[in-house]
Formats: sequence, C-alpha cells, structure tokens
Amino acid sequence: MKSGSRLERVLKAGHFAFTGEVGPPRGANVEHLREKISHLKGMVDMANITDNQTAMVRMSSWAASLICLQEGLEPNYQMVCRDRNRLAMQADILGAYTHGIRNMLCLSGDHQMFGDHPQSKGVFDLDSMQLIMMVKKMRDEGKFLGGADIDVKPELFIGAAANPFAEPFEWRVHRLAKKVAAGADFVQTQCIYNMPKMREWVRQANEMGLTEKVYILAGVTPMKSIGMAKYMQNKVPGMDVPDDIIKRLQGVDKKKVADEGIKIACEQIEEFKEMKGVAGVHLMAIEWEHKVPEIAERAKVLPRPEV
Amino acid sequence: MIIADKKPIEEIIQEVKDYDRLLVLGCNECVTVCEAGGKKEVEVLASALRMHFIKEGKEKKIDERTLERQCDHEYLEEIRDVIDQYDAVLSLACGVGVQFTAEKYHSTPLIPGVNTCFLGANEQRGMWTERCQACGACILARTGGICPISRCAKRVMNGPCGGSSAGKCEINKDLDCAWQLIIDRLRDLGRLDDYEIVAPIKDWSTERSGGPRTVVREDVQV
Repeated sequence: MKSGSRLERVLKAGHFAFTGEVGPPRGANVEHLREKISHLKGMVDMANITDNQTAMVRMSSWAASLICLQEGLEPNYQMVCRDRNRLAMQADILGAYTHGIRNMLCLSGDHQMFGDHPQSKGVFDLDSMQLIMMVKKMRDEGKFLGGADIDVKPELFIGAAANPFAEPFEWRVHRLAKKVAAGADFVQTQCIYNMPKMREWVRQANEMGLTEKVYILAGVTPMKSIGMAKYMQNKVPGMDVPDDIIKRLQGVDKKKVADEGIKIACEQIEEFKEMKGVAGVHLMAIEWEHKVPEIAERAKVLPRPEV
Repeated sequence: MIIADKKPIEEIIQEVKDYDRLLVLGCNECVTVCEAGGKKEVEVLASALRMHFIKEGKEKKIDERTLERQCDHEYLEEIRDVIDQYDAVLSLACGVGVQFTAEKYHSTPLIPGVNTCFLGANEQRGMWTERCQACGACILARTGGICPISRCAKRVMNGPCGGSSAGKCEINKDLDCAWQLIIDRLRDLGRLDDYEIVAPIKDWSTERSGGPRTVVREDVQV
C-alpha cells in the first residue's frame, strides 16, 4: 500500500471504484458544505474536493477536505498549479497529510482569465506532470524538491487528470503515458460523452500497457438540461459533446430531460463496468449532489464495498 | 526584439502638462522597427502635443530628437549639451532606454511614452507576437524550436493541457496552442520520441524570480 486510502484499498481489492465530487462554497458557509457532503456519504468511495475550480475563489480545498473527513467521507484533495509555487505546494501537502488526507489530485488548473480574478498573476511554477513527480518524490524518497530530507513523509495516493478529447487526439494517450511515468497511481478523466472516442483512447491505453500501471476512473456527468448540454458543447474547453446526446435529450418530454440525462449516465456506467482497462467511474454531479444517491442506486453501484 | 506599444495620448498629456520645455526623445532600435517610438512616431506625437497645448492656449517648447540607442552610454551622451534646456524628457524608448536615460540625467524628469510589452517578432505588418520570456535557460533544443514558456498560457512544460482544441488555446481561439505546434514540428523533424521525455522541473532562478539579473563577460570587458 502506498497510502492506505480507502480508494487505494477499493482498487487494490479489485472492486469497481465509484467516486464523487464536491465543490467548496463561495464563502464560509460550512453548513451548506456539510449538507452537500452528506448526500455523498456511503454512496461513493471518496469525493474530490475542487481547488478554486474555474478559477473562482472558494473555500480552500484542504480546508473543505478536512470538513469532508470530519463528516466521515474520504476526500481527494485537489491541487492546481495556477495558484501556488513549489514552497506553498509542499507546505500544503504536508499539512493536508498531517490532518489525515490520503488522496491527492494534481492538476494544471483552468487559466485565471476564466474566473472572477482575471487580473491575477498565474503562478505555474510547476506543471501538473511535475506536481505528480514532486509528490512522488516526497512520498517515495522522503525528500523535498530542494533535496532535503522530510521528517515523516506524506504517504499519498497520487491522482492525475486526463482529457481523452482534447487535441491533438493521437497524442492524448502519450500524455497519459507521461503522467504514469511521472508517478500517477490513478487517473480521473474529463467528463465523457463521446463514447466511441473514449473506447479508442482506452484501447490505446490497454495496448501500451498503461492500464496495468495506473487505475483509470472514467468521468461521468449527467446532463441536467438541454441548456447545460449546449453549454458544455460550446463553452467548456476540451469538452466533446456529440450532437446525438443533445438530440436524445431533446427527444423526451421537457419534464423528463433530467431523468434522461441520468439514464444516459447510467448506461455509460454500465459500459464502463465491463470495459477492460477502466477501474471505476468518477461521478461529477455538478451542483446536483442531492441526486448522487439516486444515480448510485440506478447505476447499481451500491452498496459500496467494505475494505 | 523588444516590442512596445504607444501609450494613449490622454495619459501622456496628463503626465507632461506641467512642463513648459519638453524633449520628445525617440530610439532608433527596437521601438523604431515596431513603429512605437522611432523618428516617425516622435514627429507624430510631438505635433499632436503641440496642437493640443496651442488649442488650450498654452505656449510650450516641444522639441524632437531620436538617438541611435537609449540603452547605451555613448549615444545618450549626445544630448548632454542640450539637456538643461528642458524641464522634462518624454522618452519613446522601451523601459530600458527610459531608465538608462533617467540614470544618466539625474535631475531631469523622465516620462515614458510607450508601454514595453514583450520580446517578440514582426508576425505581419502591424502585428507583433511574443516569442521569448528571457528565462535565462533556453530549452528550445528540446521543444522543437517552439517555446512553451512564452507561447503557452500556462507555461506548461509537458503539454498540451486539456484545453487545447483544434490547435488553438483555451484562452483565445486566435491563439495557437504552443504544444500543438511543438508536436507538429517534432513530427516533421522525425523526433517525436522527444515528446515521451518528461520535462524536468524548471529552475526559475535564472528567470526574474532570481532577482534582477546581470550578465558579466570578463572576456569582453576592457
């Protein structure tokens, strides 16, 4: 065991992992955060706690991760390269580990121009690949990036993100290979809607032997409305929403669109359960946390295994 | 070269309005090539200022001069005999030239007439684009001759990030994704294996993070 996190134990035991996501509040509203977390408890193996997602200021990821721990749900502490240099990163990693955080997701971060502080200076001291390398060095060698020994090293399960749909497509799997080489233990993908492209990406990953070295969790986000689907198709960088998805949502009664969105998500999850090289699903029910129990139920991923 | 852009005339007027004798000082190097602070721009700006102040009924002496370089002691000496005739100098050089002139003429106020933008190239007539961030440790040999530090919005050293779409950057559809360019060029060079190597964590101490920088070359010192 590298970290002994619940996620690591679930995956190691060969169970199909099911993870969720919680966005910290835009303020100090801890009750709202606890309420969101409560919907996920017992439904997922762990929950990603986002780090200033879409470059909007929110309660810090490590602080919200601690609330998550207090509530009895394992957090996956997200860290972006946009907001911190290597000193702050290493300090926060030690602090997070000290308080019981065992999973960490290493990301570049959306560019600051998309958020509510476009005047800010983007740090980008490291990139996401190098952040993975740094966490691995801290964990496996017990060394800071500067070379000094760490007194009690942080034993974290290291996560990375992958976008099978960004371009150039033929090189996406090679970038995954680099993340694996850098030290990623698990990978969570961008929200998947283009299944043929996802199948091809996983096939390539299998062919290159990557899925034997890293656990891939397929990203699933149920569409709540046609407006959301169109927004994801047109406005979200790196997102690939085929027209078929929108047509399918348009084809049902207005009141049934959200239900159809969940139905599509469940069909995807069923396919991922059988897909060679996919170790689980990462469910991103954005501002829809209260629906997670229903989705988990309909996707037949309950009860979550005891490990 | 250093790319600069003209400051708005309103901002310049605000800065120079209290001086009666003004020298508009151009530079014959980079700012001439990027058409922001050469002889031609000095003429245009000086005329515009004269017209503005005449309209306001103010009599001002506004002279023009363009030096070969403002970042060189030798050329800056050329105005030593006239500098006392002015209350201020409006320099159209880059930030380097403005400061070097200020250092040389300690008691004369210096006002910048351009915004110094970046190290770039003349992409097409009237369009300049960034190519270098002067990080002090060039990695172009490993990235197909295309710089991810200056040309990737996130300075990603192991790209492309998840926001690359149809060869363009997530922050602007008119901006090429540097990593798409790198991969395309490595492919054309038959060096795609280079892409498989994880780029090491960069030492930024040679960049501005290491404090103001100095290059000393004893071999060329006199």
